[in-house]
Amino acid sequence: MQPLSRHRGIVIPFDRANIDTDMLLPKQYLKSLDAYGFGDFLFDDERYLDHGEIDTPVANRRINPGFVLNRAPYRHGTVVLAQANFGCGSSREHAVWALRDFGVRVLVAPSYGDIFRDNCFNNGLLAIVVEQPVVDRLFQLVRSRNVVEVDVDVAAGTLAVADETWKFMLEEGRRQNLLEGLDQVGETLMLADRIRCYEQRRRAAEPWVFRHTRQDPD
Amino acid sequence: MTARTLYDKLWDSHCVAELPDGSSLLYIDLHLLHEVTSPQAFSNLRRAGRKPWRVDAALATPDHNVPTVLRELGLGGFDDPIARRQVDVLERNCHEFGVPLFPLGDVRQGIVHVVGPEQGLTLPGMTVVCGDSHTATHGALAALAYGIGSSEVEHVLATQTLRGRKSKNMAVVVDGVLGEGVVAKDLALHLIGRIGTAGASGHAIEFRGDGIGALSMEARMTLCNMSIEAGARVGLVAYDRVTQAYVKDRPFAPAGPQWAGAVRHWQDLHSDHDAHFDRIVGIRAEDVAPCVSWGTSPEMVVPISGAVPQLHEARDDVQRGDWSRAMAYMGLEAGRPIHGTPIDKVFVGSCTNARIEDLRAAARVLRGRRIDPRIKLALVVPGSGLVALQAEHEGLDEVFTAAGFEWRAPGCSMCLGMNADRLEPGERCASTSNRNFEGRQGRGGRTHLMSPAMAAAAAVAGAIVDVREL
Repeated sequence: MQPLSRHRGIVIPFDRANIDTDMLLPKQYLKSLDAYGFGDFLFDDERYLDHGEIDTPVANRRINPGFVLNRAPYRHGTVVLAQANFGCGSSREHAVWALRDFGVRVLVAPSYGDIFRDNCFNNGLLAIVVEQPVVDRLFQLVRSRNVVEVDVDVAAGTLAVADETWKFMLEEGRRQNLLEGLDQVGETLMLADRIRCYEQRRRAAEPWVFRHTRQDPD
Repeated sequence: MTARTLYDKLWDSHCVAELPDGSSLLYIDLHLLHEVTSPQAFSNLRRAGRKPWRVDAALATPDHNVPTVLRELGLGGFDDPIARRQVDVLERNCHEFGVPLFPLGDVRQGIVHVVGPEQGLTLPGMTVVCGDSHTATHGALAALAYGIGSSEVEHVLATQTLRGRKSKNMAVVVDGVLGEGVVAKDLALHLIGRIGTAGASGHAIEFRGDGIGALSMEARMTLCNMSIEAGARVGLVAYDRVTQAYVKDRPFAPAGPQWAGAVRHWQDLHSDHDAHFDRIVGIRAEDVAPCVSWGTSPEMVVPISGAVPQLHEARDDVQRGDWSRAMAYMGLEAGRPIHGTPIDKVFVGSCTNARIEDLRAAARVLRGRRIDPRIKLALVVPGSGLVALQAEHEGLDEVFTAAGFEWRAPGCSMCLGMNADRLEPGERCASTSNRNFEGRQGRGGRTHLMSPAMAAAAAVAGAIVDVREL
């Protein structure tokens, strides 16, 4: 996971609520065995006028020129700005991989789908929660200026556009993970003794929980 | 000791460690896997040279992209080579790492969230996770169950734990008994329509009240299944006699002398009477009617007597914009009654509504009737091989086929359209699934969520109707 401490990037506006992960990455791409290579399929149904499959060469697809990701300067954007409940629905981490592969590092919205937000942080994407007035102000800036660049400082917990700065809350563990790009599994395995200790205790109290999941039917 | 909710108790009993950053390390008792969200996790394990912590706590079965025809051919029944490869890779991964698998052709194969409870793999008091958002289903058995991403699938495989932050507690209290023709699916849609798809974000829902006590275990599963559509990762129902009767004698449930110990242990799986809920939503069962979604989010829902809303009724500009976009996508104008909306396809299935009671409810409507000639395709996809067997034993398959439905093999099917079962652009579907998102059942497809009986009624009428008036 790539660490993230500071980021400056162009805002891509999605002035809609409840953008779901099916929208971010449609189902046909979930047949991939990989965790990379989804950037061209982000918002696939809206980005292209034709239907694509995982093995359709993107060069042969018909682009929807009006869609935000196909327009300059947004196609080079790295900061998603959206309304409430962004990333709701399916738990598919592929949606986050598509955002990451497109180049997105930061998201700003009033709220997110809970699973999606965890998936973001597990891939080094910073999903910032801000109050509605801040979101409204950012959309207003995008509408009036077209190109809006934001500066994000993970350690300080600040989001800035030109001379306007807002603070955002970030759970301390998530901040550390972003800054250091830790291997979470490796971190947890350092607690292996405690996990084994817990298992012993549970096994004594609730042995039925530890039956084997391999069992031939009668 | 302070009074605790069921969620608090489940959280506490699985907490391995409180971490310095304020999160907790939770022990995972059951890990369900399928072909779509696991390959990256297995690859990462292999790359890091790690082994699964406890394969005996895991179970895999292919469900998301499997075809629902030609099941007797196994992997040979796939038209789509990329989907076939994914199922093949699941089997190889399970073999390599020693993870138990119900493969294609095993009568126990099916939708993970149907299989877990059906086999007694899911037990009260457990933590259950799966790389699928509808894992909340298992909460109906008083288990702490939630959906995770593939990175977390890897984390559970490698450590048998997950890091997490506790959610807030929310109670949804249902008073009274649902009316004739009104079922758990309607209750779920009613709730989501009322609180919105983000209404329970950051919360674990516990469904409570005499209205919930009166529901069967399968109905409770339908309800908990759709918690995620209200924004909650977790949906729960307290343990009671219904739970106990459901679990008893299932293949993986405790038996013999262990059974009594387990039952004794499970008695505490309820919220203390004075437990604190951060939020309480009350529903009077008599206020719930058969519900149908009109738009592209499960919160865009109306009772069968209702109509597509007027734009001026939206609470703000963002919602007005979303409604306007949804109406255009769905091809429905503001103010149009939902009753009478013509339907092209019908889907009875999914982890929400593909259990035996769901099939019985749909078959009850279809018995002695035919689907309307305007219906292009009506599918019934049982949730597992064992659900299919039971239905065939009861003759339900013949009721469906006599009515004009196609009787298919188990899988997720047209709920998400990863296999060949999908909608074409502009087609309108009466569906017992859980999501009506744009493109969910096929690019440009239009989904109307409803109960199995309502979907069957729509098949007969060729349009959305009130099953109570059929």
